[in-house]
Amino acid sequence: MTALLSVQGITKFYGHHIGCKDVGFDLYPGEVMGIVGESGSGKSTLLNCMAGHLTPDAGEVVFDTRADGPRDTVTMSEPERRMLSRTDWAFVHQHARDGLRMGVSAGGNVGERLMAIGERHYGDIRAKATDWLGRVEIDAARVEDRPTTFSGGMQQRLQIARNLVTGPRLVFMDEPTGGLDVSVQARLLDLLRGLVRDMGLSAIIVTHDLAVVRLLADRLMVMKDGHVVEAGLTDQVLDDPQHAYSQLLVSSVLQV
Amino acid sequence: MNEQTAYNFAYLDEQTKRMIRRAILKGLAIPGYQVPFASREMPMPYGWGTGGVQVSAAVMTPDDRFKVIDQGADDTTNAVSIRTFFERTAGVATTTKTSEATVIQTRHRIPEEPLSEGQILVYQVPIPEPLRFLEPRESETRKMHSLEEYGLMHVKLYEDISHHGHIATSYDYPVKVEGRYVMDPSPIPKFDNPKLGDMAAIQLFGAGREQRIYALPPYTQVVSLDFEDHPFEASKPDHPCAMCGAENSYLDEVITDDAGGRMFVCSDTDFCETRQAAGHTGTMNGKDAA
Repeated sequence: MTALLSVQGITKFYGHHIGCKDVGFDLYPGEVMGIVGESGSGKSTLLNCMAGHLTPDAGEVVFDTRADGPRDTVTMSEPERRMLSRTDWAFVHQHARDGLRMGVSAGGNVGERLMAIGERHYGDIRAKATDWLGRVEIDAARVEDRPTTFSGGMQQRLQIARNLVTGPRLVFMDEPTGGLDVSVQARLLDLLRGLVRDMGLSAIIVTHDLAVVRLLADRLMVMKDGHVVEAGLTDQVLDDPQHAYSQLLVSSVLQV
Repeated sequence: MNEQTAYNFAYLDEQTKRMIRRAILKGLAIPGYQVPFASREMPMPYGWGTGGVQVSAAVMTPDDRFKVIDQGADDTTNAVSIRTFFERTAGVATTTKTSEATVIQTRHRIPEEPLSEGQILVYQVPIPEPLRFLEPRESETRKMHSLEEYGLMHVKLYEDISHHGHIATSYDYPVKVEGRYVMDPSPIPKFDNPKLGDMAAIQLFGAGREQRIYALPPYTQVVSLDFEDHPFEASKPDHPCAMCGAENSYLDEVITDDAGGRMFVCSDTDFCETRQAAGHTGTMNGKDAA
């Protein structure tokens, strides 16, 4: 079986400071990978390098494209990479405002990716947008409303709908539950888990919340100071952490 | 050139005109592409056609016959001031007849009378970037043009339909040129959009404040963007002209009293006067006739 995403030796420096160094892993179709670590450990840098938002100083990100098989996305041309990022890839930002167009209605937000890949039938676009609002539990009557009138949790769900409407195969998520209260988090996680299972999505989730990875991720990478200090199956890493930092991380979680 | 005046012919110095002509030639070579140019301060405020004036000055020769229209009319402030400006600084002949003019500078209209080969139509453009209201970053819109990522333009039309039930954009209606660049046609009514394509005359667009020039060479394919189930429609008020009776010209609505009285007249004054001189008459012509 070919890996959907094969990452090798990703290194990114900010001047002399290490962003992330020599990170590599394979992600197979349908698999969800969690990346955890404290603030400044390089997990967002790594995610942005993989998603093409940052250019890594070294390493390759090989994606199994539909048309041409495995291709290195770091060296592929920009139009191709941008095409990937609006068809087979999706990126869910921590702050929904970064991923949404706040001045455009919910339907327009969801429809944007469809129009970007050439859909030109208003009725079809609107029907798909309404369908997706339903799938992320937003009332279809709010299709004309702007995201500024939505609550934080609804904005995050709208962002997810907007990203998944073109049926991507790989989703990058940067702290998708950050800044939401716990009950909204629980609903969002439940929704995400359902969507990932139903659509057979592969996902890479960056978070500092161990509960999120426990629920969603099959495998886990623990990062510290730009390096991967431990990797393995989620339950294995969380229940039997080997590295001193992983042990600290697991034991730091408050038990209510 | 008038020996007495301190101005160079058509106000701008020759080096500036050369720079602008280079931008125009590049624009003609890549239809719809916005060419940056070093826009000069002109002796009129931004928004009064500084871009169009610079383009006109660069293409003008002493033999040209110049016409200026503002919203179709030859006798409004903007048109009169620019026409006088070139009478003084270039000494060129001017006219109000569309067919006699060789260079026509226009603000927000295309003349009703079809233009012919050899004529140049110069548009004044306030905001040349069609994607601007949805994407404020210039670096990003340039990238979108270069990579032909125009999905966002349809988001704007989508929003129109979702809020108004139809495409409510009635002027400044985005077009695609030769299947490549999406272009802002300047704020002409969308009624004029079909005339942009396949036109015999050269069309030049100058944006002074934004420092951009773009162009359509003769007989260029220009398509107005739309949806399959909401096709483009060149709309106009559903009336004949009250002065000349024309059924197929773009009309201005004129309020005639404070009791709700109004009339619709051709916005193209030359077109209307020519028709009246040829004996055509509308329903309200008698009142004003001398």
